[in-house]
Amino acid sequence: MAEAVAPPGRRVLAWAQEYGVYAAVGVLLLFNVLFTPHFLDVANFRTQLVQVAPIVIVSLGMALVIGTQGIDLSVGSVMSLAAALVALYLGYGAWPALLVALVGGAVAGTAGGALVAYVGVQPIVATLALLVGVRGLANVLVPQLVEFRNPDLIALGSSSLSGVPVIVVIAAVLTLLMAFLVRRTTFGRQVVAIGGNRAASELSGLPVRRVLLLVYVISGVLAALAGVLATARLQASDPTSLGLFIELSAITAVVVGGTPLSGGRIRVLSTVMGALLMQLLSATLIKHNLPQSWTQIVQAVIILAAVYATRERGTR
Amino acid sequence: MSQSVAPVLEARQISKRFPGVVALDGVSIALLPGEVHALVGENGAGKSTLIKVFTGVHRPDGGELIYNGSPVAFGTPLDAQRAGISTIYQEVNLVPMMSVARNLMLGREPRGRLGVIDTARMYGEAERILAGYGVVTDVRRPLRTLGMGVQQMVALARAVAIDARVVIMDEPTSSLEPREVETLFSVIRKLRDDGIAVVYVSHRLDELYEVCDRVTVLRDGRVAHTGPLAELERLKLIALMLGRDLDEVRTGGLTRFSRDRRHARERDGAAPAVRAEGLTRRQVLRGVDVAVWPGEVVGLGGLLGAGRSETAKGIVGALPLDAGRVLVGGLPLRTGSTTAAIRAGVSLLPEDRKAEGIIPALSVRENIALAALPSLSRAGVVSDAKIDKVVEVFMRRLRIKAASPHQPVQELSGGNQQKVLLARWLAIRPKILLLDEPTRGIDVGAKAEVQALVDELAEEGLGVLLISSDLEELVEGADRILVLREGAVVGELSGDDVTEDKIMASIAERGAESDG
Repeated sequence: MAEAVAPPGRRVLAWAQEYGVYAAVGVLLLFNVLFTPHFLDVANFRTQLVQVAPIVIVSLGMALVIGTQGIDLSVGSVMSLAAALVALYLGYGAWPALLVALVGGAVAGTAGGALVAYVGVQPIVATLALLVGVRGLANVLVPQLVEFRNPDLIALGSSSLSGVPVIVVIAAVLTLLMAFLVRRTTFGRQVVAIGGNRAASELSGLPVRRVLLLVYVISGVLAALAGVLATARLQASDPTSLGLFIELSAITAVVVGGTPLSGGRIRVLSTVMGALLMQLLSATLIKHNLPQSWTQIVQAVIILAAVYATRERGTR
Repeated sequence: MSQSVAPVLEARQISKRFPGVVALDGVSIALLPGEVHALVGENGAGKSTLIKVFTGVHRPDGGELIYNGSPVAFGTPLDAQRAGISTIYQEVNLVPMMSVARNLMLGREPRGRLGVIDTARMYGEAERILAGYGVVTDVRRPLRTLGMGVQQMVALARAVAIDARVVIMDEPTSSLEPREVETLFSVIRKLRDDGIAVVYVSHRLDELYEVCDRVTVLRDGRVAHTGPLAELERLKLIALMLGRDLDEVRTGGLTRFSRDRRHARERDGAAPAVRAEGLTRRQVLRGVDVAVWPGEVVGLGGLLGAGRSETAKGIVGALPLDAGRVLVGGLPLRTGSTTAAIRAGVSLLPEDRKAEGIIPALSVRENIALAALPSLSRAGVVSDAKIDKVVEVFMRRLRIKAASPHQPVQELSGGNQQKVLLARWLAIRPKILLLDEPTRGIDVGAKAEVQALVDELAEEGLGVLLISSDLEELVEGADRILVLREGAVVGELSGDDVTEDKIMASIAERGAESDG
C-alpha cells in the first residue's frame, strides 16, 4: 500500500496529472505570443473568451456530475430548451424569461437526477433519453430560428463590465462559486465522497440520493444559463442547433482538466483550463491556416494524453 | 472408493503469494474420481485461492498440479475448462438474457445444413438434458426469468455436459430454497456415481455431512486436515477450522451451554440501547433478536455465512429486511435508512474496509470528518477550524499514524485505516457501535489498540456489538455472546459461560436439535 518512494516515472505522471493542463495552456500561450501575429490584441482575447464562456459554464456542471461517477449528456438539449423558453417568455421581459429558462433547466435536471438517484437508471442512459427528448421538446416549442430585439437580453450578450464581456464575468464568477461549493461546503464534500465510494457514503449516513439529484439539477440549471447567454449573444433563439455536441466539449474539458471519469475527485479550475486549452488550440491552428480536421486530430491526441495521465487513479 | 484409485486432479505442495500475504503455503490435496470432496476453512484460509489455482485463474508460485497423471499448467480459465475442470460460482455465470436452451448449448449448438443452428433440435436436446436433472421448464424462456435454483441447475448441467471430470462448486446452495437444495444434492450424487470428482465448498455443516465423502480443512493457507468426513466429529471439524485445540473444546462439553438468558442488566429494568426484533430476510436471516444495553459488549459468534454481518447491516438499515424492527431507546427506527439509524446513534464499522469503509482517494482528515460533516459546518459551509480540532483529537487519541492529516487514506496501513473509520464514528458520538471484524487484517499492535479502545468505549457507556471470527477476541472482549447459525440465534452465553469451547459447542449442534 504505502509506497515509500515513488519511482521517477510515476512522479512525472503525478506531476502531469496535477499541473499538465496548466502547463499546456502556458506553452500554447507562449507559442502564440511569439509566433501568432495580433495574438495579444484585446479584440482577439475577447473573442476567444466569449466563445469559450458557455462551454466553461456547462463544464462546471459536468465536472460535478462526473465527480459522482455519472455523466450528463443532456446539457446541449437543455441549452436549446432554455433558448426556446427565453424566446417564448420574452414578452414578459428579459429577467422573467431568464428565470423561466433556468426553471426549465432545473426541471430537466430533476428528471435526469431522479432517474439516476431514485430509479437507478445508469446516468448515460437517463441523460441520453433527455438528450433526445428535451431537444424534441425545444423544437416543438420554437420550431425555427426566432430573432428578437429585447434590449436587456441583447445587452446581456454583448455588453461589458469595465472592458470584460458580461458573459465572461458570469463564467468567472460561476467558476469561483463552483470551486467554493466543491471545496468548502458540506454538499461539495459529500459529492466527492459519494463519487469516491458510494457504499461507504451510504453506510456513513450521507443523503446519497438527495445529493445525486441535486448534482443533476445544478448541471441542468448551469446548462440553461449557458443556453440563455449563448442566445443573448446570437440575438436569436435557435433551438434546432444551439448546444449541439456541447456535451462532448464539456466532457473533453473535464477529462483534459484531469478529473477522472471514475469519480471521487473534482478539479474545478483545471476543468476551466481544459476548456481554455481546447479553445486556444483550435484558435491557434486556425490562425496558422491549418484546416479544421487538423484541430480535431490534435484534440484527440490531447484527450488521449489526459486520459493516460489520469489512468493511474482509475485502477486501484 | 479406495485410496488406490488414481486421483483425477492433484495439487502437490502448491504455494501462492500475494504482496504481503502467503495465500497458500505448500498445500497438497488429491481429488479422486467419484468422490464429493468438501473444502472448508474460514475467511483467508486460502479456499478461493486454491480454487483459482485449479481453474487457471492464478498460477501457483510453487508446487505442481497433476491432472490425469501428468503435470499441467493452465494459462487461462478457458484452458482449465477445456481440459475438463468446471466451476460453478456463487453468482451463476451464464448469459441471463439468452434462453435456457442457448445457455445450455452455448458453443456446441446442433447445426443443420448450411451451418445454421437447428433450433428445434436444440430445444429438444436441452429439454432432455434438463429433465435428467429434475428440471422441467420451458427452455425457450430467457434464463433470468427462472428461479436461482433452476439457473444453478442449468449452470451445473452445462458444466457436466462439456465433459467435465472435475466440478467445483463454490457455495452452491447460498441462494437456493430447501427443495432446490435436495435436487442439487441428488444431482451431485449422480455426478459422483458417474465418476466425476466434485469439490464442494460450503459453510453449512449439515450440508457437508449430508453430501460429502471426504473433507480438506484449510487454515491460514495450509492443510489443517484431510480425510473421510463421516469419521470426523462436527466439533472437531469446527475446532480444525477455527484453529483450536480439541481437548480444550471437549472439556467444555458439548451441550451444557447456559439456558439462563437473563443478563444482569436486563434485571435492572433499564431499557436496552438498541433492540432488534425478528430481523428476517430470505435466505439470510431468520428472525434474529438482539439487544445491547449501554456499556455492554455483545459478541456475535458463528461461522462465516451464519448471518452475523447481515444482522449488523439489518440493524443500521443497510440490508433490506423482509420483517423485523429495530428500536433505539424504545423508539422504532425507520427501516432501510442508514441516515435514520446514524441520527439515532447507531453506527456500523463494516467488515469490508476497502469496499464499504474508506473513501480511498480522500485524505485522512476528510475520511474522519465525513459522517460528522453537518455538525462541523455552519450553514452548509464546512468549518476548517472545527474539523481540524476533531481530527487532531482523534488522530492523537487513536494514535493514527499518517504523514499528515492530508495524506490520502489509501496510503495508510490497514490498522490505521481501521482507526480512521473508528474515528469517523466516534466523531459523531454514537450510542451504539456495531463493529464487524474490527481487527481483521490489521497488525498486532493496532489490533491490541483497537481492542483496548472497545473496552474503553464500553466503559464510557457505549453499547457495542462485536462481530469477530477470532474466538479469543470474542471471548475476551464480549460480556455476552449470541451464537448465530444459518441466520438464526442458536445460543446465548453470558457470565462464566463465555468461553471458546461453549461457542464452538453451540455452533456444532445439529440444525435439527436447535429447532427443538
